[in-house]
Amino acid sequence: MTDEVRTMPTAGQPQLMRWSVVLPGLAALTCALVLPQFANAYVTEVATTALLYVVLCLGLNVVVGYAGLLDLGYAAFFAVGAYTSGILTAEFGFNFWLTIPVAMVAACVAGIIIGAPTLRLRSDYLAIVTLGFGEIVRIIARNLDITGGASGLIGIERPEIFGFRLMQVQHFYYAFLVLALLTAFVCLSVERSRMGRAWFYVRYDEDAAAGIGINRVTAKLQAYMMGAVIASVAGCLYAAKMTAISPESFTFNQSLLILLGVVLGGMGRIPGVVLGAVLVALLPEVLRGAGTYRPLVTAVALLAIMLFRPNGLWPDKRV
Amino acid sequence: MALLEVRDLRLSFGGLKVLHDISFSVEKGAINSLIGPNGAGKTSLFNCLTGFYKPKGGSISLGGRPITGLPPHRITALGLARTFQNIRLFKEMTVLENAMSGQHCRSRHGIMSAILHLPAQRREEETIRAAGMRWLDFVGIEQHAHRRAGGLSYGDQRRLELARALASAPELILLDEPAAGLNEREKLDLVHLIRRIRDETGVTVLLIEHDMGLVMQVSEKIVVFDYGQKIADGPPEAVRKDPRVIEAYLGTED
Ligand SMILES: Nc1ncnc2c1ncn2[C@@H]1O[C@H](COP(=O)(O)OP(=O)(O)O)[C@@H](O)[C@H]1O
Ligand SMILES: [Mg+2]
Repeated sequence: MTDEVRTMPTAGQPQLMRWSVVLPGLAALTCALVLPQFANAYVTEVATTALLYVVLCLGLNVVVGYAGLLDLGYAAFFAVGAYTSGILTAEFGFNFWLTIPVAMVAACVAGIIIGAPTLRLRSDYLAIVTLGFGEIVRIIARNLDITGGASGLIGIERPEIFGFRLMQVQHFYYAFLVLALLTAFVCLSVERSRMGRAWFYVRYDEDAAAGIGINRVTAKLQAYMMGAVIASVAGCLYAAKMTAISPESFTFNQSLLILLGVVLGGMGRIPGVVLGAVLVALLPEVLRGAGTYRPLVTAVALLAIMLFRPNGLWPDKRV
Repeated sequence: MALLEVRDLRLSFGGLKVLHDISFSVEKGAINSLIGPNGAGKTSLFNCLTGFYKPKGGSISLGGRPITGLPPHRITALGLARTFQNIRLFKEMTVLENAMSGQHCRSRHGIMSAILHLPAQRREEETIRAAGMRWLDFVGIEQHAHRRAGGLSYGDQRRLELARALASAPELILLDEPAAGLNEREKLDLVHLIRRIRDETGVTVLLIEHDMGLVMQVSEKIVVFDYGQKIADGPPEAVRKDPRVIEAYLGTED
């Protein structure tokens, strides 16, 4: 281990382009852009799911990776977004794009209700409360009429953009690609700013952070809310793609899977999180051949990764 | 009016009384010291002043403003910075990022302006960075700016903690045993640095120190603690001759 670490490049500081990062990044982006032209519908579908997980994992990474808060019910915010958008378009005839800001506000409100009281307490409490919150949201969705109960919500409108209606798998693939890129840009911008640094200070030493003038409660709350907003936007697009959503898409398992993506790749840094998200989406597909042994093979593969790369496959250098 | 006024401060943990009606003051522009045997309550007093412990009674004011019971980040924002007895750096982050942390309470741009890359936000980032570099330069470790803070030598880690505290633009800085673990040469450098803090930046200094030589050399006034009580308070010569101080230090490591 050397003492040299990557500095967090700060705005205003002309940063040397690191070709070792830029070139693979560009290559990956090019592949992502042309993929639907060559791939069949099945592959494009899986790739779209992978992009959905990229967005969700990037969002949860703000909470877990940046601020160091363990959130076990992240799928709840994904559900808040999906149901807000679904209900507004299907029941009230809203334009899809208008539902996005409404879903963001709804996620903020839910984030404050859960976060404001709990983030004052020790971090362990947050894990328990978020776990409960995840279940409550799912149970509410199962039992209300407006959410369609256990069978879910159907007939969600497909979004239209400049007179063009998103219909096919490829259309949603590109929509999720844009959302993933936008999310990565947002996360990167914040990571390199005053607030992003504050999250890292709090994550590494809460008392020292308070001692140099950081309000740890508001810092954590902001991370929690930013994560919530990202998940809710992913939820809007997810609802539009599926046209039907049910409570079973937002289980504890879903929350765990997203968390797994964050931890697997190496939390804290965007490239690792993207890798982890893609793996989480691909693993079940790759292992389809394993038939009934699939859960076993998945578990063994994950254990192996955790044993041999405890900080993730592509870790944040500072850990 | 003194910069720091402490009146009848009391602190206890369960049945254990740690501070008994402590009163003292620190004048603006002074270098003062707090000494006393281990367990006398010095660090606990610092923790009360900086909001980490809630005193059971008494009052603290900084520049005439009451700060008793405020949370730590508010107190730092009002101009009181500190270092920790056991170094508490953000070890996994760079030296510069550590120094920049002090500027958090002197800047204001949040998530939205960072996402929008507003010009004012970029300028503020530049200011924060420049301030971080300036304080690294002041304590003499700017050449290590991009290294991992945890990889610095012990003496440099102490300097970095100072730079970080100074970066919060305090009026008063509290140093908890800044010379602990330093060799004689490093202690001399530290004395020089403490004087420069006061002389060049005008920041008032209150330090806890075990090294009597260093304390006598650097401070204009010394407050002596024993078993949570103030037993003496005055200029070095007077304190040195005080029979209660001599008694408290007899048989201890000093
Ligand atoms: N958080 C705490 N809980 C219980 N006792 C404490 C706590 N902090 C300090 N004390 C007690 O207060 C006394 C003074 O400790 P301290 O302030 O660290 O002394 P000093 O810094 O002068 O060596 C000690 O007896 C210590 O055990
Ligand atoms: Mg102490």
